[in-house]
Amino acid sequence: MSSSISITDVGRVYTDTDGNKVTALQDVSLDIREGEFVSIIGPSGCGKTTLLRLIAGLDKPRSGSLTIDGRDITDVSPERGYVFQQGGLFPWLTVEKNIAYGLRARKVFKREREKVSEYISMVGLDGFEKSYPHQISGGMAQRVAIARALINEPKALLLDEPMGALDSFTRSDLQDKLLELWKHKRITMILVTHDIDEAIYLSDRIVIMTPRPGRINRIIDVDLPRPRHRGGSEFLAMRKEILELFRLAQAEPQPEYMI
Amino acid sequence: MNTDAAAVLSAVQVKENKAVSAHEKGHSRRNNTYFFLRILFTVSGFFIAILVNLFFPQTADVEIKDYRLNIFGMNVGLTINDAYIFVLSALILVYALSGVRALNDKDSRRKYSRNAAFRFALGIALALWDIGGTKLQLFAQPFFPGPAQVIEAYLADGSYIAENLLYSLRLYAAGFSCGVIMGVGTGILIGWFPKVYYWVFPVLKITGVVPAVAWMPFALTLLPNSFSAAVFLIVICAWFQIAFLTAQGIQSTPRQNYEAARILGSSQTGLILHVAIPHAMPDIFTGISSANAMAFTTLVMSEMLGQPGGLGYYINQSKVWSAYYKVLAAIVIMAVLFSLINHIIGRIQKHTLRWQEGVLKK
Repeated sequence: MSSSISITDVGRVYTDTDGNKVTALQDVSLDIREGEFVSIIGPSGCGKTTLLRLIAGLDKPRSGSLTIDGRDITDVSPERGYVFQQGGLFPWLTVEKNIAYGLRARKVFKREREKVSEYISMVGLDGFEKSYPHQISGGMAQRVAIARALINEPKALLLDEPMGALDSFTRSDLQDKLLELWKHKRITMILVTHDIDEAIYLSDRIVIMTPRPGRINRIIDVDLPRPRHRGGSEFLAMRKEILELFRLAQAEPQPEYMI
Repeated sequence: MNTDAAAVLSAVQVKENKAVSAHEKGHSRRNNTYFFLRILFTVSGFFIAILVNLFFPQTADVEIKDYRLNIFGMNVGLTINDAYIFVLSALILVYALSGVRALNDKDSRRKYSRNAAFRFALGIALALWDIGGTKLQLFAQPFFPGPAQVIEAYLADGSYIAENLLYSLRLYAAGFSCGVIMGVGTGILIGWFPKVYYWVFPVLKITGVVPAVAWMPFALTLLPNSFSAAVFLIVICAWFQIAFLTAQGIQSTPRQNYEAARILGSSQTGLILHVAIPHAMPDIFTGISSANAMAFTTLVMSEMLGQPGGLGYYINQSKVWSAYYKVLAAIVIMAVLFSLINHIIGRIQKHTLRWQEGVLKK
């Protein structure tokens, strides 16, 4: 169960606190295939989170269109699961109640208990069912958030820097977990990150975005065989290539610094 | 010399080895003895108070009245000193029993030990009060009677006090429960709907600072009877405070919580019931406990100013007859009753907000 998402000429402008118009996205077009793992990377302010929120249906574009399996994205939907950067869990619910939230919200009470415990085991959190979010570590909290999104059996999972606040051990642990879940569920994954290694390690394609205005700079196919080796020569070469791209993008003269 | 030292050393070692094996047991036994001394220390203050009451000469001219009570069909005669000693014995029994109950639990033991000195001092304070108030009458009379005389109020007026206590409780229960329901209800509406916020919040903000008793003239003339007037006053004092804080709690819910819930498939009502209200719960309880304190004030004041019953009314009535020992007796009951209500609310709060445990500093 997965779906293709297509983004055509999407633009989004917002007004900042000083009343200036900021172009968060300009002419962004991207087609995401069924079951594909796509990472979006770029420096802060490049509009990568904005793009993810548009796909989720949390925001509406000013121009252009977004479709999923040919249908326009007009609102949020359980078919597009979302994992927030951090703190997306409900602090007043236990781990199992957080995970069960989607089932209860959609009034799917059939086999609720079994499903919840199945997803708890899937993310390796057995024994923490009754813990509250503040009692578990950041990495565990993100696993709960992933399980909570997956229990609705979404066609696509949108991840907004889910590992941004984690230490590097927990991070690589969670990356492997994510790959495992992706292989198991065969759903479309869209990951926003600022970590180049993470993007190469996980994705089929990497979308590189640049800021002011936020637009897609380049799309790179990662055709390395899995499981990928973070220290491998091809891996490092690709890393260098992407870094180079960013350096070039930053070296471009920017109007505000011109005299 | 050398061999002697070696022998002593080895003996010590053997002893140590034995001590290690018996260490656990011996340690806990020693701890138990120590804890029993703590219990003894706790109750000894009250025991001293009993001794003082029995053996300190009654110098001042105080009439130690004899009352006849009907307890379970038996006609029992007792003096006010007997009643006082009975109360002290009951305290000794209660504290001794709670000490024995705490014996097997480390946390309650620690808590009990911490309270020991204070409870001892309480007993001593009662003994001093007995000497100053009843035995020698050093304090200004009739304002500061001794403990036995305060207890006399319960002997003389027992059923009447109980009647007034029930009246107060009824008033409080009716007023406060209505206030909580209306406060939480309006708070949710104000916090959720911007239109309601725009029109109602300023009204609430301005009227909310006025002490509820200021509305008493209107309440007494416009409402059908004095009971409903007092209920009305308690309702407003609880309502504003709780509504204010509930609205604040609803409004401060992070947008991310709503977004997460919506993506997971929550309906609009689901957002209110399962996101906004749980998030506002800590604020709702802050509102409830501060409104509770104000409700006590309003309760007693309205009873003093125009009720046919209640503890406030009883205080007022006793004051007219200069029966200050009865005033004190009513105050003691209020202290116990209000602490009990606070305690119950605290327990409910702790249970409801158990997800916060360990997050907030105590």
